[in-house]
Amino acid sequence: MVLLLARRLTQAALILLGVAAITFVLLYALPADPAVLLAGRNATPQTVANIRHQLGLDLPLPVQFWNYIVHLLQGDLGRSFNQKTAVAPLILARLPATLTLMAAGIAIEVMIGLTLGVIAAVRRDGAIDRLVMTLSFVGVSTPQFLVALLLLYVFAATLGWFPMSGYGTPAHLVLPAFTLGILGAGWYARIVRSAMIDVLGQDYVRTAHAKGVPAARVVLRHALPNALLPVIAMIGIDIGQFMSGAVVVEAVFGWPGIGQLAWQAIQQVDIPIIMGVTLVSALAIVLGNLLADLIAPFIDPRIRAG
Amino acid sequence: MSPGSLLRGVARRPVLALALAVIIGVFACALLAPLLAPYAPDDQMFDGLSLDGAPLPPSAQFLLGTDTLGRDLLSRLIYGARTSLLIGLVANGTAVMIGLAVGVIAGYFSGLLGGVLMRFTDLMTAFPALLLAIVLAALLKPSLWIVAMVIAMVNWVQVARIGYTETRSLAERDFILAERAMGAGNLRILTRHILPHLVPTAIVWGTLGIATTVLLEATLSFLGIGVQPPQPSWGNIVFESQSYFQSAPWLVFFPGAAILATALSFNLVGDALRDLIDPTQRGRD
Repeated sequence: MVLLLARRLTQAALILLGVAAITFVLLYALPADPAVLLAGRNATPQTVANIRHQLGLDLPLPVQFWNYIVHLLQGDLGRSFNQKTAVAPLILARLPATLTLMAAGIAIEVMIGLTLGVIAAVRRDGAIDRLVMTLSFVGVSTPQFLVALLLLYVFAATLGWFPMSGYGTPAHLVLPAFTLGILGAGWYARIVRSAMIDVLGQDYVRTAHAKGVPAARVVLRHALPNALLPVIAMIGIDIGQFMSGAVVVEAVFGWPGIGQLAWQAIQQVDIPIIMGVTLVSALAIVLGNLLADLIAPFIDPRIRAG
Repeated sequence: MSPGSLLRGVARRPVLALALAVIIGVFACALLAPLLAPYAPDDQMFDGLSLDGAPLPPSAQFLLGTDTLGRDLLSRLIYGARTSLLIGLVANGTAVMIGLAVGVIAGYFSGLLGGVLMRFTDLMTAFPALLLAIVLAALLKPSLWIVAMVIAMVNWVQVARIGYTETRSLAERDFILAERAMGAGNLRILTRHILPHLVPTAIVWGTLGIATTVLLEATLSFLGIGVQPPQPSWGNIVFESQSYFQSAPWLVFFPGAAILATALSFNLVGDALRDLIDPTQRGRD
Protein backbone atom coordinates (compact mmCIF):
# COMPACT_ATOMS: atom_id res chain seq x y z
CA MET A 1 0.00 0.00 0.00
CA VAL A 2 2.75 2.42 1.03
CA LEU A 3 4.80 1.27 -1.94
CA LEU A 4 1.87 1.80 -4.28
CA LEU A 5 1.28 5.25 -2.85
CA ALA A 6 4.96 6.16 -3.28
CA ARG A 7 4.90 4.99 -6.90
CA ARG A 8 1.71 6.89 -7.67
CA LEU A 9 3.07 10.07 -6.08
CA THR A 10 6.27 9.83 -8.12
CA GLN A 11 4.17 9.37 -11.26
CA ALA A 12 2.08 12.37 -10.28
CA ALA A 13 5.17 14.53 -9.80
CA LEU A 14 6.52 13.49 -13.22
CA ILE A 15 3.18 14.23 -14.89
CA LEU A 16 3.09 17.69 -13.29
CA LEU A 17 6.63 18.36 -14.48
CA GLY A 18 5.57 17.36 -17.99
CA VAL A 19 2.49 19.58 -17.85
CA ALA A 20 4.70 22.46 -16.66
CA ALA A 21 7.12 21.93 -19.55
CA ILE A 22 4.44 21.76 -22.25
CA THR A 23 2.51 24.75 -20.90
CA PHE A 24 5.70 26.76 -20.61
CA VAL A 25 6.74 26.09 -24.18
CA LEU A 26 3.23 26.76 -25.51
CA LEU A 27 2.86 30.04 -23.65
CA TYR A 28 6.21 31.44 -24.61
CA ALA A 29 6.01 30.25 -28.20
CA LEU A 30 2.75 32.12 -28.75
CA PRO A 31 2.75 35.43 -30.60
CA ALA A 32 1.18 37.41 -27.73
CA ASP A 33 3.93 39.47 -26.06
CA PRO A 34 3.13 40.33 -22.43
CA ALA A 35 5.75 43.13 -22.39
CA VAL A 36 4.04 44.99 -25.23
CA LEU A 37 0.70 44.62 -23.48
CA LEU A 38 2.06 45.84 -20.14
CA ALA A 39 3.86 48.79 -21.67
CA GLY A 40 0.62 50.15 -23.03
CA ARG A 41 -0.34 51.70 -26.32
CA ASN A 42 2.13 54.57 -26.61
CA ALA A 43 5.24 52.87 -25.25
CA THR A 44 8.62 53.38 -26.91
CA PRO A 45 10.59 50.29 -27.94
CA GLN A 46 12.97 51.19 -25.08
CA THR A 47 10.21 50.92 -22.47
CA VAL A 48 9.11 47.58 -23.90
CA ALA A 49 12.71 46.34 -23.78
CA ASN A 50 13.05 47.51 -20.17
CA ILE A 51 9.89 45.72 -19.12
CA ARG A 52 11.01 42.60 -20.96
CA HIS A 53 14.28 42.75 -19.04
CA GLN A 54 12.54 43.30 -15.69
CA LEU A 55 10.34 40.24 -16.24
CA GLY A 56 13.30 38.16 -17.34
CA LEU A 57 11.71 37.64 -20.75
CA ASP A 58 14.99 38.53 -22.52
CA LEU A 59 16.75 35.44 -21.16
CA PRO A 60 17.08 32.37 -23.40
CA LEU A 61 14.00 30.13 -23.13
CA PRO A 62 15.80 27.12 -21.56
CA VAL A 63 17.22 29.43 -18.87
CA GLN A 64 13.76 30.84 -18.17
CA PHE A 65 12.34 27.34 -17.94
CA TRP A 66 15.15 26.18 -15.60
CA ASN A 67 14.53 29.17 -13.32
CA TYR A 68 10.82 28.45 -13.34
CA ILE A 69 11.26 24.78 -12.38
CA VAL A 70 13.79 25.60 -9.64
CA HIS A 71 11.35 28.07 -8.12
CA LEU A 72 8.46 25.66 -8.60
CA LEU A 73 10.25 22.97 -6.59
CA GLN A 74 10.47 25.49 -3.76
CA GLY A 75 6.72 26.06 -3.97
CA ASP A 76 7.14 29.40 -5.72
CA LEU A 77 4.84 29.90 -8.70
CA GLY A 78 6.47 33.19 -9.72
CA ARG A 79 5.10 36.73 -9.72
CA SER A 80 2.13 38.04 -11.65
CA PHE A 81 3.08 40.38 -14.51
CA ASN A 82 0.10 42.67 -13.94
CA GLN A 83 -0.61 42.57 -10.25
CA LYS A 84 3.08 42.61 -9.23
CA THR A 85 2.44 40.07 -6.47
CA ALA A 86 3.30 36.41 -5.97
CA VAL A 87 1.04 34.00 -7.88
CA ALA A 88 0.68 31.32 -5.18
CA PRO A 89 -1.23 33.55 -2.68
CA LEU A 90 -3.43 34.84 -5.53
CA ILE A 91 -4.45 31.26 -6.33
CA LEU A 92 -4.80 30.29 -2.66
CA ALA A 93 -7.14 33.23 -2.11
CA ARG A 94 -9.42 31.89 -4.90
CA LEU A 95 -9.34 28.30 -3.66
CA PRO A 96 -12.18 28.53 -1.06
CA ALA A 97 -14.66 29.84 -3.65
CA THR A 98 -13.76 27.15 -6.19
CA LEU A 99 -13.75 24.34 -3.62
CA THR A 100 -17.15 25.45 -2.27
CA LEU A 101 -18.66 25.45 -5.75
CA MET A 102 -17.00 22.11 -6.53
CA ALA A 103 -18.31 20.45 -3.35
CA ALA A 104 -21.84 21.78 -3.85
CA GLY A 105 -21.88 20.85 -7.54
CA ILE A 106 -20.66 17.30 -6.86
CA ALA A 107 -23.15 16.88 -3.98
CA ILE A 108 -26.04 17.82 -6.28
CA GLU A 109 -24.80 15.54 -9.08
CA VAL A 110 -24.45 12.60 -6.74
CA MET A 111 -27.81 13.07 -5.03
CA ILE A 112 -29.80 13.40 -8.26
CA GLY A 113 -27.67 10.78 -10.04
CA LEU A 114 -27.97 8.15 -7.30
CA THR A 115 -31.73 8.57 -6.98
CA LEU A 116 -32.45 8.42 -10.71
CA GLY A 117 -29.87 5.69 -11.34
CA VAL A 118 -31.26 3.36 -8.65
CA ILE A 119 -34.85 3.87 -9.79
CA ALA A 120 -33.86 3.25 -13.42
CA ALA A 121 -32.03 0.04 -12.53
CA VAL A 122 -34.84 -1.33 -10.36
CA ARG A 123 -37.51 -0.46 -12.92
CA ARG A 124 -35.37 -1.52 -15.83
CA ASP A 125 -36.83 -0.73 -19.28
CA GLY A 126 -39.61 1.25 -17.62
CA ALA A 127 -40.53 4.83 -18.40
CA ILE A 128 -38.08 6.32 -15.86
CA ASP A 129 -35.29 4.08 -17.14
CA ARG A 130 -35.75 5.26 -20.73
CA LEU A 131 -36.01 8.86 -19.55
CA VAL A 132 -32.76 8.52 -17.56
CA MET A 133 -30.90 7.01 -20.50
CA THR A 134 -31.91 9.92 -22.74
CA LEU A 135 -31.43 12.56 -20.03
CA SER A 136 -27.90 11.37 -19.38
CA PHE A 137 -27.07 12.47 -22.93
CA VAL A 138 -28.91 15.77 -22.54
CA GLY A 139 -26.59 16.59 -19.64
CA VAL A 140 -23.41 16.08 -21.67
CA SER A 141 -24.91 17.83 -24.72
CA THR A 142 -25.90 21.11 -23.09
CA PRO A 143 -23.56 24.09 -23.03
CA GLN A 144 -22.95 25.31 -19.47
CA PHE A 145 -23.72 28.88 -20.43
CA LEU A 146 -27.21 27.94 -21.62
CA VAL A 147 -28.17 26.35 -18.29
CA ALA A 148 -26.50 29.18 -16.38
CA LEU A 149 -28.38 31.87 -18.31
CA LEU A 150 -31.65 29.91 -18.16
CA LEU A 151 -31.44 29.55 -14.38
CA LEU A 152 -30.53 33.24 -14.10
CA TYR A 153 -33.49 34.22 -16.28
CA VAL A 154 -36.05 32.16 -14.37
CA PHE A 155 -34.86 32.19 -10.74
CA ALA A 156 -32.98 35.49 -10.51
CA ALA A 157 -34.38 37.92 -13.10
CA THR A 158 -38.02 36.75 -13.18
CA LEU A 159 -38.76 35.19 -9.78
CA GLY A 160 -36.06 37.08 -7.86
CA TRP A 161 -35.40 34.12 -5.53
CA PHE A 162 -31.63 34.26 -5.87
CA PRO A 163 -29.10 37.04 -6.55
CA MET A 164 -27.93 37.55 -10.16
CA SER A 165 -24.26 37.20 -9.30
CA GLY A 166 -21.73 37.49 -6.54
CA TYR A 167 -20.34 35.50 -3.67
CA GLY A 168 -20.57 35.28 0.09
CA THR A 169 -23.96 33.90 1.12
CA PRO A 170 -25.50 30.45 0.58
CA ALA A 171 -28.07 32.08 -1.74
CA HIS A 172 -25.26 33.07 -4.09
CA LEU A 173 -24.12 29.47 -4.29
CA VAL A 174 -27.44 27.90 -5.34
CA LEU A 175 -27.60 28.79 -9.05
CA PRO A 176 -23.94 28.16 -9.99
CA ALA A 177 -23.92 24.89 -8.03
CA PHE A 178 -27.13 23.71 -9.71
CA THR A 179 -25.72 24.63 -13.13
CA LEU A 180 -22.84 22.21 -12.56
CA GLY A 181 -25.01 19.69 -10.72
CA ILE A 182 -27.89 19.42 -13.21
CA LEU A 183 -25.48 18.97 -16.12
CA GLY A 184 -23.45 16.26 -14.40
CA ALA A 185 -26.34 14.38 -12.77
CA GLY A 186 -27.42 12.54 -15.92
CA TRP A 187 -24.07 10.85 -16.37
CA TYR A 188 -23.98 9.81 -12.70
CA ALA A 189 -27.45 8.32 -13.13
CA ARG A 190 -26.19 6.36 -16.15
CA ILE A 191 -23.17 5.03 -14.25
CA VAL A 192 -25.21 4.09 -11.18
CA ARG A 193 -27.85 2.39 -13.34
CA SER A 194 -25.29 0.33 -15.18
CA ALA A 195 -23.47 -0.73 -11.98
CA MET A 196 -26.74 -1.48 -10.18
CA ILE A 197 -28.00 -3.70 -13.01
CA ASP A 198 -24.79 -5.73 -12.68
CA VAL A 199 -25.09 -6.04 -8.92
CA LEU A 200 -28.83 -6.78 -8.88
CA GLY A 201 -28.20 -9.74 -11.17
CA GLN A 202 -25.79 -11.40 -8.74
CA ASP A 203 -26.52 -14.48 -6.67
CA TYR A 204 -26.21 -12.86 -3.25
CA VAL A 205 -28.95 -10.42 -4.15
CA ARG A 206 -31.21 -13.29 -5.15
CA THR A 207 -30.35 -15.03 -1.89
CA ALA A 208 -31.30 -11.91 0.06
CA HIS A 209 -34.62 -11.76 -1.76
CA ALA A 210 -35.17 -15.47 -1.11
CA LYS A 211 -34.50 -15.00 2.62
CA GLY A 212 -37.37 -12.57 2.66
CA VAL A 213 -35.39 -9.36 3.14
CA PRO A 214 -37.63 -6.41 2.21
CA ALA A 215 -37.00 -5.28 -1.37
CA ALA A 216 -36.07 -1.72 -0.42
CA ARG A 217 -33.48 -3.03 2.03
CA VAL A 218 -31.99 -5.38 -0.56
CA VAL A 219 -31.61 -2.53 -3.02
CA LEU A 220 -30.30 0.11 -0.65
CA ARG A 221 -28.27 -1.92 1.87
CA HIS A 222 -27.17 -5.01 -0.02
CA ALA A 223 -26.82 -3.84 -3.61
CA LEU A 224 -26.17 -0.09 -3.64
CA PRO A 225 -22.89 -0.09 -1.64
CA ASN A 226 -21.42 -2.49 -4.20
CA ALA A 227 -22.44 -0.22 -7.05
CA LEU A 228 -20.67 2.83 -5.65
CA LEU A 229 -17.17 2.20 -7.02
CA PRO A 230 -17.76 3.84 -10.42
CA VAL A 231 -19.40 6.78 -8.64
CA ILE A 232 -16.25 7.29 -6.54
CA ALA A 233 -14.15 7.17 -9.72
CA MET A 234 -16.44 9.73 -11.36
CA ILE A 235 -16.20 12.06 -8.34
CA GLY A 236 -12.41 11.79 -8.64
CA ILE A 237 -12.67 12.90 -12.27
CA ASP A 238 -14.98 15.79 -11.40
CA ILE A 239 -12.59 17.09 -8.74
CA GLY A 240 -10.13 17.60 -11.57
CA GLN A 241 -12.74 18.88 -14.03
CA PHE A 242 -14.25 21.53 -11.78
CA MET A 243 -10.94 23.07 -10.65
CA SER A 244 -10.58 25.08 -13.85
CA GLY A 245 -13.47 23.68 -15.87
CA ALA A 246 -15.99 25.99 -14.23
CA VAL A 247 -14.60 29.00 -16.13
CA VAL A 248 -17.91 29.64 -17.87
CA VAL A 249 -20.05 29.22 -14.75
CA GLU A 250 -17.70 31.44 -12.74
CA ALA A 251 -17.74 34.07 -15.51
CA VAL A 252 -21.55 34.13 -15.83
CA PHE A 253 -22.21 34.25 -12.07
CA GLY A 254 -19.27 36.46 -11.15
CA TRP A 255 -18.00 33.71 -8.86
CA PRO A 256 -14.50 34.67 -7.65
CA GLY A 257 -12.86 31.27 -8.11
CA ILE A 258 -9.84 29.84 -9.90
CA GLY A 259 -11.66 29.86 -13.25
CA GLN A 260 -12.35 33.57 -13.03
CA LEU A 261 -8.74 34.26 -12.04
CA ALA A 262 -7.59 32.27 -15.08
CA TRP A 263 -10.00 34.05 -17.41
CA GLN A 264 -8.81 37.50 -16.25
CA ALA A 265 -5.16 36.43 -16.55
CA ILE A 266 -5.71 35.05 -20.06
CA GLN A 267 -7.11 38.37 -21.23
CA GLN A 268 -4.07 40.20 -19.83
CA VAL A 269 -1.57 37.56 -21.05
CA ASP A 270 -0.43 37.27 -17.43
CA ILE A 271 1.63 34.15 -18.11
CA PRO A 272 2.72 33.34 -14.52
CA ILE A 273 -0.91 33.21 -13.37
CA ILE A 274 -1.94 31.10 -16.41
CA MET A 275 0.96 28.70 -15.67
CA GLY A 276 -0.02 28.58 -11.99
CA VAL A 277 -3.68 27.84 -12.64
CA THR A 278 -2.81 25.19 -15.24
CA LEU A 279 -0.51 23.44 -12.76
CA VAL A 280 -3.02 23.63 -9.91
CA SER A 281 -5.70 22.19 -12.26
CA ALA A 282 -3.41 19.40 -13.40
CA LEU A 283 -2.63 18.72 -9.74
CA ALA A 284 -6.37 18.50 -9.02
CA ILE A 285 -6.84 16.06 -11.93
CA VAL A 286 -4.01 13.83 -10.70
CA LEU A 287 -5.05 14.04 -7.03
CA GLY A 288 -8.72 13.43 -7.87
CA ASN A 289 -7.85 10.17 -9.61
CA LEU A 290 -5.42 9.21 -6.86
CA LEU A 291 -8.04 9.91 -4.18
CA ALA A 292 -10.59 7.73 -5.98
CA ASP A 293 -8.04 4.89 -6.18
CA LEU A 294 -7.19 5.25 -2.50
CA ILE A 295 -10.82 5.25 -1.36
CA ALA A 296 -11.78 2.25 -3.54
CA PRO A 297 -10.24 -0.43 -1.24
CA PHE A 298 -12.26 0.87 1.72
CA ILE A 299 -15.47 0.50 -0.22
CA ASP A 300 -14.60 -2.81 -1.80
CA PRO A 301 -12.32 -4.99 0.37
CA ARG A 302 -11.70 -7.29 -2.62
CA ILE A 303 -9.42 -4.61 -4.08
CA ARG A 304 -7.44 -4.51 -0.83
CA ALA A 305 -6.91 -8.27 -0.90
CA GLY A 306 -6.09 -8.44 -4.61
CA MET B 1 -27.27 -6.03 -41.90
CA SER B 2 -29.45 -4.95 -44.77
CA PRO B 3 -30.52 -1.34 -45.26
CA GLY B 4 -34.14 -2.42 -44.80
CA SER B 5 -33.64 -3.92 -41.37
CA LEU B 6 -31.53 -0.92 -40.41
CA LEU B 7 -34.40 1.40 -41.33
CA ARG B 8 -36.90 -0.72 -39.43
CA GLY B 9 -34.56 -0.65 -36.42
CA VAL B 10 -34.47 3.13 -36.54
CA ALA B 11 -38.23 3.37 -36.94
CA ARG B 12 -38.71 1.38 -33.72
CA ARG B 13 -36.71 4.00 -31.80
CA PRO B 14 -38.45 7.36 -32.20
CA VAL B 15 -35.79 9.28 -30.23
CA LEU B 16 -33.08 7.98 -32.55
CA ALA B 17 -35.18 8.79 -35.63
CA LEU B 18 -35.64 12.33 -34.33
CA ALA B 19 -31.90 12.67 -33.73
CA LEU B 20 -31.15 11.54 -37.29
CA ALA B 21 -33.72 14.04 -38.59
CA VAL B 22 -32.01 16.86 -36.64
CA ILE B 23 -28.61 15.93 -38.08
CA ILE B 24 -30.03 15.85 -41.61
CA GLY B 25 -31.69 19.21 -40.91
CA VAL B 26 -28.44 20.78 -39.71
CA PHE B 27 -26.60 19.48 -42.79
CA ALA B 28 -29.38 20.87 -45.00
CA CYS B 29 -29.12 24.29 -43.31
CA ALA B 30 -25.35 24.31 -43.75
CA LEU B 31 -25.44 23.30 -47.42
CA LEU B 32 -28.50 25.27 -48.52
CA ALA B 33 -28.13 28.32 -46.24
CA PRO B 34 -28.60 30.92 -49.01
CA LEU B 35 -31.82 29.20 -50.17
CA LEU B 36 -33.29 28.58 -46.73
CA ALA B 37 -32.44 31.83 -44.95
CA PRO B 38 -35.20 34.43 -45.35
CA TYR B 39 -32.68 37.33 -45.11
CA ALA B 40 -28.95 37.85 -45.53
CA PRO B 41 -27.26 36.93 -42.22
CA ASP B 42 -25.38 40.23 -41.88
CA ASP B 43 -28.15 42.51 -43.18
CA GLN B 44 -28.73 45.16 -40.48
CA MET B 45 -32.33 45.99 -41.26
CA PHE B 46 -33.95 49.29 -40.39
CA ASP B 47 -37.25 47.59 -39.59
CA GLY B 48 -35.33 44.90 -37.64
CA LEU B 49 -35.20 47.16 -34.59
CA SER B 50 -37.95 48.79 -32.55
CA LEU B 51 -38.33 52.58 -32.59
CA ASP B 52 -36.05 52.94 -29.57
CA GLY B 53 -33.48 50.59 -31.09
CA ALA B 54 -34.25 47.37 -29.20
CA PRO B 55 -34.18 43.92 -30.85
CA LEU B 56 -37.59 42.59 -31.94
CA PRO B 57 -39.19 39.45 -30.45
CA PRO B 58 -40.32 36.60 -32.73
CA SER B 59 -43.06 37.67 -35.16
CA ALA B 60 -44.47 36.70 -38.55
CA GLN B 61 -41.90 38.88 -40.32
CA PHE B 62 -38.92 37.70 -38.23
CA LEU B 63 -39.79 34.15 -37.14
CA LEU B 64 -37.21 33.98 -34.34
CA GLY B 65 -36.90 37.72 -33.76
CA THR B 66 -33.95 39.99 -34.49
CA ASP B 67 -30.65 40.66 -32.73
CA THR B 68 -29.23 43.85 -31.25
CA LEU B 69 -28.12 45.09 -34.70
CA GLY B 70 -31.47 44.42 -36.36
CA ARG B 71 -30.33 41.24 -38.11
CA ASP B 72 -32.73 38.31 -38.58
CA LEU B 73 -31.92 35.66 -35.93
CA LEU B 74 -33.29 32.72 -37.96
CA SER B 75 -31.03 33.62 -40.90
CA ARG B 76 -28.03 33.93 -38.59
CA LEU B 77 -28.81 30.55 -37.01
CA ILE B 78 -29.09 28.90 -40.44
CA TYR B 79 -25.72 30.33 -41.50
CA GLY B 80 -24.36 29.48 -38.03
CA ALA B 81 -25.02 25.81 -38.83
CA ARG B 82 -22.27 26.13 -41.47
CA THR B 83 -19.77 27.30 -38.89
CA SER B 84 -20.68 24.64 -36.35
CA LEU B 85 -20.65 21.76 -38.85
CA LEU B 86 -17.49 22.94 -40.57
CA ILE B 87 -15.63 23.13 -37.27
CA GLY B 88 -17.29 19.92 -36.11
CA LEU B 89 -16.16 17.98 -39.17
CA VAL B 90 -12.69 19.53 -39.58
CA ALA B 91 -11.71 19.69 -35.89
CA ASN B 92 -13.11 16.32 -35.01
CA GLY B 93 -11.84 14.67 -38.19
CA THR B 94 -8.36 15.93 -37.38
CA ALA B 95 -8.66 14.80 -33.75
CA VAL B 96 -9.77 11.30 -34.78
CA MET B 97 -6.90 11.02 -37.27
CA ILE B 98 -4.28 12.21 -34.78
CA GLY B 99 -5.75 9.94 -32.11
CA LEU B 100 -5.82 6.87 -34.37
CA ALA B 101 -2.29 7.52 -35.64
CA VAL B 102 -0.90 7.87 -32.12
CA GLY B 103 -2.90 4.92 -30.80
CA VAL B 104 -2.08 2.55 -33.66
CA ILE B 105 1.62 3.41 -33.76
CA ALA B 106 1.94 3.14 -29.98
CA GLY B 107 -0.02 -0.11 -29.92
CA TYR B 108 1.80 -1.75 -32.82
CA PHE B 109 5.36 -0.66 -32.09
CA SER B 110 5.17 -1.34 -28.39
CA GLY B 111 8.85 -0.69 -27.75
CA LEU B 112 10.45 2.66 -27.00
CA LEU B 113 8.37 4.60 -29.55
CA GLY B 114 5.08 3.19 -28.24
CA GLY B 115 6.11 3.82 -24.65
CA VAL B 116 6.97 7.45 -25.34
CA LEU B 117 3.73 8.05 -27.25
CA MET B 118 1.55 6.54 -24.54
CA ARG B 119 3.34 8.43 -21.74
CA PHE B 120 2.65 11.58 -23.74
CA THR B 121 -1.00 10.57 -24.04
CA ASP B 122 -1.15 9.97 -20.27
CA LEU B 123 0.34 13.41 -19.79
CA MET B 124 -2.36 14.95 -21.98
CA THR B 125 -5.12 13.33 -19.88
CA ALA B 126 -3.77 15.27 -16.89
CA PHE B 127 -4.08 18.51 -18.87
CA PRO B 128 -7.06 20.69 -18.03
CA ALA B 129 -8.48 20.52 -21.58
CA LEU B 130 -10.97 23.38 -21.44
CA LEU B 131 -8.38 25.70 -19.87
CA LEU B 132 -5.81 24.73 -22.50
CA ALA B 133 -8.28 25.40 -25.31
CA ILE B 134 -9.23 28.77 -23.83
CA VAL B 135 -5.59 29.79 -23.38
CA LEU B 136 -4.63 28.79 -26.92
CA ALA B 137 -7.69 30.32 -28.55
CA ALA B 138 -7.26 33.57 -26.60
CA LEU B 139 -3.56 34.02 -27.27
CA LEU B 140 -3.63 33.05 -30.94
CA LYS B 141 -5.37 35.36 -33.39
CA PRO B 142 -8.84 33.86 -33.45
CA SER B 143 -10.18 32.53 -36.74
CA LEU B 144 -12.34 29.62 -37.74
CA TRP B 145 -9.34 27.44 -38.60
CA ILE B 146 -7.42 28.31 -35.44
CA VAL B 147 -10.47 27.38 -33.37
CA ALA B 148 -10.75 24.08 -35.26
CA MET B 149 -7.08 23.26 -34.69
CA VAL B 150 -7.22 24.20 -31.01
CA ILE B 151 -10.19 21.88 -30.55
CA ALA B 152 -8.42 19.08 -32.44
CA MET B 153 -5.35 19.50 -30.20
CA VAL B 154 -7.30 18.86 -27.02
CA ASN B 155 -9.73 16.23 -28.32
CA TRP B 156 -7.54 13.47 -29.77
CA VAL B 157 -6.55 11.90 -26.47
CA GLN B 158 -9.53 9.63 -25.91
CA VAL B 159 -9.38 8.23 -29.45
CA ALA B 160 -5.66 7.54 -28.98
CA ARG B 161 -6.32 5.48 -25.85
CA ILE B 162 -9.05 3.42 -27.51
CA GLY B 163 -7.00 2.97 -30.70
CA TYR B 164 -4.07 1.83 -28.57
CA THR B 165 -6.09 -0.78 -26.66
CA GLU B 166 -7.69 -2.17 -29.82
CA THR B 167 -4.41 -2.30 -31.73
CA ARG B 168 -2.70 -4.10 -28.85
CA SER B 169 -5.36 -6.81 -28.72
CA LEU B 170 -5.37 -7.13 -32.54
CA ALA B 171 -1.59 -7.32 -32.80
CA GLU B 172 -1.52 -10.38 -30.54
CA ARG B 173 -4.10 -12.32 -32.52
CA ASP B 174 -3.09 -15.42 -34.46
CA PHE B 175 -4.02 -14.15 -37.91
CA ILE B 176 -1.51 -11.30 -37.57
CA LEU B 177 1.15 -13.79 -36.50
CA ALA B 178 0.29 -15.99 -39.49
CA GLU B 179 0.45 -13.00 -41.78
CA ARG B 180 3.87 -12.08 -40.43
CA ALA B 181 5.08 -15.69 -40.77
CA MET B 182 4.12 -15.54 -44.44
CA GLY B 183 6.41 -12.59 -44.83
CA ALA B 184 4.11 -9.58 -44.67
CA GLY B 185 5.82 -6.35 -43.68
CA ASN B 186 4.68 -3.93 -41.01
CA LEU B 187 3.15 -1.57 -43.56
CA ARG B 188 1.03 -4.32 -45.09
CA ILE B 189 -0.14 -5.62 -41.72
CA LEU B 190 -1.01 -2.11 -40.57
CA THR B 191 -2.90 -1.03 -43.67
CA ARG B 192 -4.53 -4.33 -44.60
CA HIS B 193 -5.28 -5.86 -41.21
CA ILE B 194 -5.12 -3.38 -38.36
CA LEU B 195 -6.63 -0.22 -39.83
CA PRO B 196 -9.71 -1.91 -41.38
CA HIS B 197 -10.59 -3.26 -37.93
CA LEU B 198 -10.46 0.24 -36.53
CA VAL B 199 -12.93 1.71 -39.04
CA PRO B 200 -15.94 1.10 -36.73
CA THR B 201 -14.12 2.87 -33.87
CA ALA B 202 -13.35 5.77 -36.17
CA ILE B 203 -16.99 6.01 -37.25
CA VAL B 204 -18.29 5.93 -33.66
CA TRP B 205 -15.81 8.55 -32.45
CA GLY B 206 -16.20 10.56 -35.61
CA THR B 207 -19.87 10.91 -34.62
CA LEU B 208 -19.64 11.23 -30.83
CA GLY B 209 -16.73 13.64 -31.13
CA ILE B 210 -18.74 16.10 -33.21
CA ALA B 211 -20.97 16.67 -30.18
CA THR B 212 -17.96 17.53 -28.00
CA THR B 213 -16.56 19.74 -30.74
CA VAL B 214 -19.77 21.67 -31.32
CA LEU B 215 -20.01 22.31 -27.57
CA LEU B 216 -16.39 23.41 -27.26
CA GLU B 217 -16.71 25.77 -30.23
CA ALA B 218 -19.86 27.23 -28.69
CA THR B 219 -18.09 27.71 -25.35
CA LEU B 220 -15.06 29.40 -26.92
CA SER B 221 -17.28 31.64 -29.05
CA PHE B 222 -19.47 32.41 -26.03
CA LEU B 223 -16.34 33.69 -24.25
CA GLY B 224 -15.57 35.83 -27.30
CA ILE B 225 -12.41 33.94 -28.29
CA GLY B 226 -13.90 31.56 -30.84
CA VAL B 227 -15.33 32.37 -34.24
CA GLN B 228 -15.37 36.16 -34.58
CA PRO B 229 -18.45 38.22 -35.47
CA PRO B 230 -19.83 39.18 -37.95
CA GLN B 231 -19.39 35.57 -39.13
CA PRO B 232 -22.30 33.91 -37.32
CA SER B 233 -21.72 30.98 -35.00
CA TRP B 234 -24.28 29.71 -32.47
CA GLY B 235 -21.87 30.50 -29.65
CA ASN B 236 -20.98 34.02 -30.72
CA ILE B 237 -24.65 34.98 -31.22
CA VAL B 238 -25.06 34.34 -27.48
CA PHE B 239 -21.78 36.17 -26.78
CA GLU B 240 -22.97 39.24 -28.68
CA SER B 241 -26.33 39.41 -26.94
CA GLN B 242 -25.85 37.98 -23.45
CA SER B 243 -26.06 41.39 -21.78
CA TYR B 244 -29.55 41.73 -23.29
CA PHE B 245 -30.74 38.31 -22.18
CA GLN B 246 -33.22 39.71 -19.67
CA SER B 247 -34.97 41.92 -22.20
CA ALA B 248 -34.38 39.71 -25.26
CA PRO B 249 -34.15 36.11 -23.97
CA TRP B 250 -34.83 34.67 -27.46
CA LEU B 251 -31.32 35.76 -28.46
CA VAL B 252 -29.91 33.31 -25.91
CA PHE B 253 -32.43 30.50 -25.99
CA PHE B 254 -32.76 29.85 -29.74
CA PRO B 255 -29.01 29.55 -30.40
CA GLY B 256 -28.70 27.57 -27.15
CA ALA B 257 -31.43 25.21 -28.33
CA ALA B 258 -29.67 24.79 -31.70
CA ILE B 259 -26.42 23.81 -29.93
CA LEU B 260 -28.21 21.45 -27.56
CA ALA B 261 -30.26 19.76 -30.31
CA THR B 262 -27.20 19.28 -32.53
CA ALA B 263 -24.87 17.99 -29.81
CA LEU B 264 -27.56 15.72 -28.38
CA SER B 265 -28.37 14.25 -31.80
CA PHE B 266 -24.75 13.44 -32.59
CA ASN B 267 -24.35 11.88 -29.13
CA LEU B 268 -27.48 9.73 -29.51
CA VAL B 269 -26.61 8.59 -33.04
CA GLY B 270 -22.99 7.91 -32.01
CA ASP B 271 -24.19 5.85 -29.06
CA ALA B 272 -26.56 3.89 -31.30
CA LEU B 273 -23.69 3.23 -33.73
CA ARG B 274 -21.59 1.93 -30.85
CA ASP B 275 -24.39 -0.48 -29.88
CA LEU B 276 -24.68 -1.60 -33.48
CA ILE B 277 -20.96 -2.30 -33.76
CA ASP B 278 -20.54 -3.87 -30.35
CA PRO B 279 -23.87 -5.30 -29.14
CA THR B 280 -22.33 -6.45 -25.82
CA GLN B 281 -22.11 -2.81 -24.81
CA ARG B 282 -25.80 -2.16 -25.39
CA GLY B 283 -27.30 -0.04 -22.67
CA ARG B 284 -24.04 0.18 -20.78
CA ASP B 285 -21.00 2.36 -20.75
